[in-house]
Amino acid sequence: MRKVIMGNHALSYGAMLSRTQVISAYPITPQTQVVELLSEMCADGTLQAKFIKVESEHSAMAACIGASIAGARTFTATSAQGLALMHELLHWASGGRLPIVMGDINRAMAPGWSIWTDQNDSLSQRDTGWMQFYVSSNQEVIDTTIQAFKIAETIGIPAMVVLDAFALSHTYEVVDIPEQDKVDAYLPPYKPYARLTPDAPCAFDGLTGPEHYFELRYKLQKDMEKVPALFDKTGREFEKIFGRRLEAVEPYLCDDAEIILVTSGTAGFTARVAVDEMRKEGIKIGNLRIRMFRPFPFDDVRRILAKASKIAVLDRNISYGYHGIFCQEVKSALNGSGSSAPVFGFIAGLGGRDIKAASFREIVDIVRRQDKPAEEINWIGVKK
Amino acid sequence: MSKKRDAKKIVYESARDFPQMPMSQGSMLWNKTGSWRNIRPEIHLEKCTQCGICWKFCPDMSIVIENEFPAVDYDYCKGCGICAEECPMKCIVMVEERK
Amino acid sequence: MSKQKKMTLTLPTEELVGSGNLACQGCGANLALRYVLKAFGKRTAICIPACCWAVIDGPFPYSCLGIPVYHCAFETAASTATGVKAGLEMIGDTETQVIAWAGDGGTFDIGIQSLSAAAERNDDILYVCYDNEAYMNTGIQRSSATPTGAWTTTTPVKFPKDQPKKDIDAIMAAHRIPYQATASIAYPEDLYKKAVKAKNIRGTKFIHVLAPCPTGWKSRPEDAVKLARLAVQTSYFPLYEVEDGEKYTLNFKIQNKKPIEEYLKLQGRFRHLQPEAIAAVQAEVDRNWDRLLKKVTAR
Repeated sequence: MRKVIMGNHALSYGAMLSRTQVISAYPITPQTQVVELLSEMCADGTLQAKFIKVESEHSAMAACIGASIAGARTFTATSAQGLALMHELLHWASGGRLPIVMGDINRAMAPGWSIWTDQNDSLSQRDTGWMQFYVSSNQEVIDTTIQAFKIAETIGIPAMVVLDAFALSHTYEVVDIPEQDKVDAYLPPYKPYARLTPDAPCAFDGLTGPEHYFELRYKLQKDMEKVPALFDKTGREFEKIFGRRLEAVEPYLCDDAEIILVTSGTAGFTARVAVDEMRKEGIKIGNLRIRMFRPFPFDDVRRILAKASKIAVLDRNISYGYHGIFCQEVKSALNGSGSSAPVFGFIAGLGGRDIKAASFREIVDIVRRQDKPAEEINWIGVKK
Repeated sequence: MSKKRDAKKIVYESARDFPQMPMSQGSMLWNKTGSWRNIRPEIHLEKCTQCGICWKFCPDMSIVIENEFPAVDYDYCKGCGICAEECPMKCIVMVEERK
Repeated sequence: MSKQKKMTLTLPTEELVGSGNLACQGCGANLALRYVLKAFGKRTAICIPACCWAVIDGPFPYSCLGIPVYHCAFETAASTATGVKAGLEMIGDTETQVIAWAGDGGTFDIGIQSLSAAAERNDDILYVCYDNEAYMNTGIQRSSATPTGAWTTTTPVKFPKDQPKKDIDAIMAAHRIPYQATASIAYPEDLYKKAVKAKNIRGTKFIHVLAPCPTGWKSRPEDAVKLARLAVQTSYFPLYEVEDGEKYTLNFKIQNKKPIEEYLKLQGRFRHLQPEAIAAVQAEVDRNWDRLLKKVTAR
């Protein structure tokens, strides 16, 4: 069924169609519509789930953890300060190997107090052991949420579906909402690896000494490394049922590109518009949109960027004292891969400042003028 | 003689042997906390009125019931002395632990 | 000595807390859980945040408990338990009860927000605070449950705790939960009865158990039960129940209160108290008792 819905509601539909059983969430702009629609769905019986109205995001994640270890499929959504407040428990969910799915609406971290978009909130959590998927359309929101549950429950690792505040969360787009029976065929009921049951009593997450901790975390990483193949497999299964396929990265006109832009989120779609314009002028340019960020798609990134002469990474985030995070990770992925292409780092759009097609013009001008990056960071759109 | 309690220690040879999550399925009964003692309780059954107080107040479940009388499980008794202190008949005496 | 006579047992014999656990000699917390689990039985899941019991249970890959346990983050006993209950019900298990089992630090201080929220939502859990009056697991630091005048590592003898013990029971009563009670390990049958009552009530239940800690109170291990008894007999820790935040029931009417000095002198953490300080403690105990009596007769 095709409907015009906002990004936040696409998340709600994704959670609803996935037959989430327990939702525990706390309101924060710009996530509120996600939980409001889920509240309605629970109230009118569209979704058979318990909605725990917690008093903070920290408790939201704690309740999700409790429900998940009890054996239920769980979902929550948050943003910026809320995600930061959950930080301790993000480690708990991943170390505890619980397949919780969470929507994060990328919002700038305060202070200055902002409700507009940038990626620092989710990227600050990239080390916590959660899978991270950055989406650029409302269709991707709903599809990725459903696929995230399937991957998370297969491998026992929690997953974050990340979307831009307002640029996507509050933007209305046409979405093909999958039918419930097709989603049921794709995503069977949750079968936990282990759960709290008096029939097989055991203790979870107890005191773990140096003689045991290392192997448990080694196993988490090893299972993370299985995710790219699992993403592929579940993506093909998704395509068979729904006719759409999500891949870990989306290359656009990269095959013969001399300059390749690396982007994510809504800027990734804006980049395509800019690429089309510049191609008309004969510039051999392509765009690589990264959708799966954790685990990092090393093979895809190396393969697609291999033949580029220059690479320009756009970050809507920054790791202070270093530079953009996607840029860091692309550079480190290319290290030793045989690529000698210079990687130019660009930072734009912090705090929700608009990223337009013209921003990419500016980026490409800089890249074409320099043989190798004159600056570690090129700031786009800042009044210096 | 009541059933002797025990449990095996778990040894993981490789990461493959570990559960996927930090899941504890073993019992702590392998840990014979009797070795913590400096003093041990001795129950003089001839004075015992079978009131059940020593059994009730043992924090380590180390007073077991044998033939309707209390008996100390020296494998686990930590020697706290609560049983001796609480016994209304004063028939439990704490003595130096034998080496 | 008649071999026909049966031993007098005032509690069920099944043990769901196992021996070989890591509790100190004479640990009040060990007894507290032993009694509550006798009331709740096997079909119970327990959430234990950072506290002594997180260690007592035993390290990975062991547990001393005969029920399923989730070790959760420090401040999340109540929120995790709420989640567990919701999850269990959604997968069709409406029988298994959920206990949040936290120390005073995780209840009075860092965990109070999530506890308050669970109580406000009236989530169907039993929350038990076993109160040894300090952060014992981390080495005896003061909490808001530490009584006036007590030594802890963060309230040294030169500057002991000068704030009164937080009245967590009044705070919980303000939430008007269906049932709450205070308990002491010296009165196991009373604690057991209260746990059974809680088990049969749907909604948030709160039991505050005084659990003496010989290690942190600097008392003799064999005095643990005696101290828990004296605490009640001096009215320092009265035993009472509250229903719906309004109906107060005193469980033990103390005719002649024992002087608080009898209780204090058995504990090294109060050894430094001068007579004036002891008198101040006695005055505080008397004031608290009068305040409680007013609530009992208020209806």
